[in-house]
Amino acid sequence: MNTLPQQLANGLFLGSMYGLIAIGYTMVYGIVQLINFAHGEIFMTGGFGALTVWLWLPKGTSMWMAVPLMLIGGAIVSVLIAVGAERFAYRPLRGAPRLAPLITAIGLSLALQQIVFNLYPNAKSNRSFPQLPFGPYHLGSISIQSGDIFLIAAGAVCMTGLAFFVRTSRTGRAMQATAQDPDTARLMGINTDRIIVIAFAIGGLFAAVAGVSYGFKYGNVDYSMGFQAGLKAFTAAVLGGIGNIYGAMLGGVVLGLAEAMATAYISNIPGMEQFGGQAWASVWAFILLILVLLLRPQGLLGERVADRA
Amino acid sequence: MLILTAVLTTGALTLTACGSRDNKDKGSGGSSGGSGNTTVTIGVDAPLTGQNSATGLGLQYGVQIAADQANAKKTVPGVTFKVKALDDKALPATGQLNATQLVADKSVIATVGPLNSGVATNMQQVFSSANMVEISPANTAPELTQGKDWQTGTKARPFKTYFRTATTDALQGGFAAQYASDTLKKKKAFVVDDKQTYGSGLAKLFKQNFVKDGGKVIGEDHVNTGDKDFSTLVTKIKNSGADILYYGGQYDESQLITKQLKDVGAKIPLMGGDGMFSDTYIKTAGKEAEGDLATSVGAPLDTEPAAKDFISTYKSKGYPGDYSTYGGYSFDAATAIINAVGKIAKDGKLPSDARQQLIAAVQASDFQGIAGPVKFDQYGDTTNKQLTVYQVTNGKWKAVKSGTFNG
Repeated sequence: MNTLPQQLANGLFLGSMYGLIAIGYTMVYGIVQLINFAHGEIFMTGGFGALTVWLWLPKGTSMWMAVPLMLIGGAIVSVLIAVGAERFAYRPLRGAPRLAPLITAIGLSLALQQIVFNLYPNAKSNRSFPQLPFGPYHLGSISIQSGDIFLIAAGAVCMTGLAFFVRTSRTGRAMQATAQDPDTARLMGINTDRIIVIAFAIGGLFAAVAGVSYGFKYGNVDYSMGFQAGLKAFTAAVLGGIGNIYGAMLGGVVLGLAEAMATAYISNIPGMEQFGGQAWASVWAFILLILVLLLRPQGLLGERVADRA
Repeated sequence: MLILTAVLTTGALTLTACGSRDNKDKGSGGSSGGSGNTTVTIGVDAPLTGQNSATGLGLQYGVQIAADQANAKKTVPGVTFKVKALDDKALPATGQLNATQLVADKSVIATVGPLNSGVATNMQQVFSSANMVEISPANTAPELTQGKDWQTGTKARPFKTYFRTATTDALQGGFAAQYASDTLKKKKAFVVDDKQTYGSGLAKLFKQNFVKDGGKVIGEDHVNTGDKDFSTLVTKIKNSGADILYYGGQYDESQLITKQLKDVGAKIPLMGGDGMFSDTYIKTAGKEAEGDLATSVGAPLDTEPAAKDFISTYKSKGYPGDYSTYGGYSFDAATAIINAVGKIAKDGKLPSDARQQLIAAVQASDFQGIAGPVKFDQYGDTTNKQLTVYQVTNGKWKAVKSGTFNG
């Protein structure tokens, strides 16, 4: 049996999740040039927000009812934390040297992790997450899990919505203007503070969708899940060209595919048996990142990084 | 500049994430009271949060119950036992720090733990330098007691302060392989491990014995602890045509692997060692765990008449974690320490070199514990070589075979 289609699908699903989280990094960076390292934790709180809604719903609620409510719950938590972080942690540092907000972001990331760890009931180890009641489906030689279907569907809807929003709506165009030149945008009558809040909110929203998908895909959420996922998503954002929303999605998918291919096939190359397999997946993903950055420092779809960083 | 910052900060994040601990005497409360005039602390080191914590908490409260019972029964007149539990998060470096902390605490006489063999390798030297007894109820890597050349026949005990109430993987790996090939009639195994001291050692011993028993290892892979996505790996396993998957490692990863494996449609059981013999495994993997197997050390605790009291205490106190894996052996390890203290204490007073004297007293242990007889050989290994194969049947671990392994 040829495993390539299945492995490509695996990479695509994993990559879509990275991409959804990467949107938050890239939008915030595009507009305020801040790498929001707390974003991985915003993703994590989204998962916990959805779990809280699920636990609060009466037993036996149909999944068709529960899923939208869980998404809303996760989104409310994530967006509130993202916007709150912007308002109370980052905005006071708007004019400060770039290192100050960066360190604040790392501190916030640790704080959020520890808050969930210590205050959420039984969050000191994995909390199990409800599962979708359908699937798995088989498409030729590919089997697709219910969590993956949810992930792809939600990802596609979110990405289309975002592209549409940024291109056509007034606020979306104002965002593009702020990203290009915040001072001139302000002169043109754009309330840049509002635009920044919206960027954080959209990032939080996408992170919540990713957090719920994560729960459905892996069957549990834990306080530290944002660390590794956030790191990978940040890598995806840089790979695709940080500041570019399409780049974030593309970077995520490329990264996911690279990990899947490395796990599945590197060990089949003669002489490379030692360097393949699951344990080396991240190594190959980061090698890919280094190669892309060497050959194309602005990332796959990036354009304006050189004069920014 | 962007890349540089990125690299620096990710590095910093990794460091801080590893370094974040909160071991402010967590779980050190509990027992108090008793009428003794000397208070002796038994240290505990295990993962109490995050990875492996379900079995780690079972270890902590196993010791706690032993200490509480000794205080209630006044096993050692004039001596009150306290438990000081530290969380090693299954990280060797943290375990070493905890060991230093336990050694520095004058009231700590001996330590029960750790859970992970990889953590033990980092702790042994610290305890040995301080002449403090360390009894692990869970470490199964053979080199901990028999030296790193144990397989070539030159066994040498590296640390005279290290004991264990669990038997070794030299027996567990063989026992599992024998069951897989003789009873289950499996011929083609795919072997995965987590690259840790325990996991990779166990997987290696399973492989050796499985091949010796006439089976074939048709594929191998390694995972990182903390990994969540195994979709690529399980596709590979399914496609390899293996009829059994053997996993050397802990329940944290194997519970996800088995679920993802069954989801892609592979109908083969996952088999593992004591690290995945935990109720949390079944809870997380759900019905996908059905038919999976685990070997564990000792006879099933539920069938030991002496353990009845222990189990009902554990349940009635509502302690968290899974007692079934190491709870009994932890209780016995703590009891060995308590009995040894009883031997060296005079009128409720301990001699000034109590830690030193305790080593010989523990070495001479010989009593009936709740999980079997407790007696140590010249390497510090338990003489109780009992092992059990468990299978998930109707959402519960069910003992399917108990016995010892004789090569």
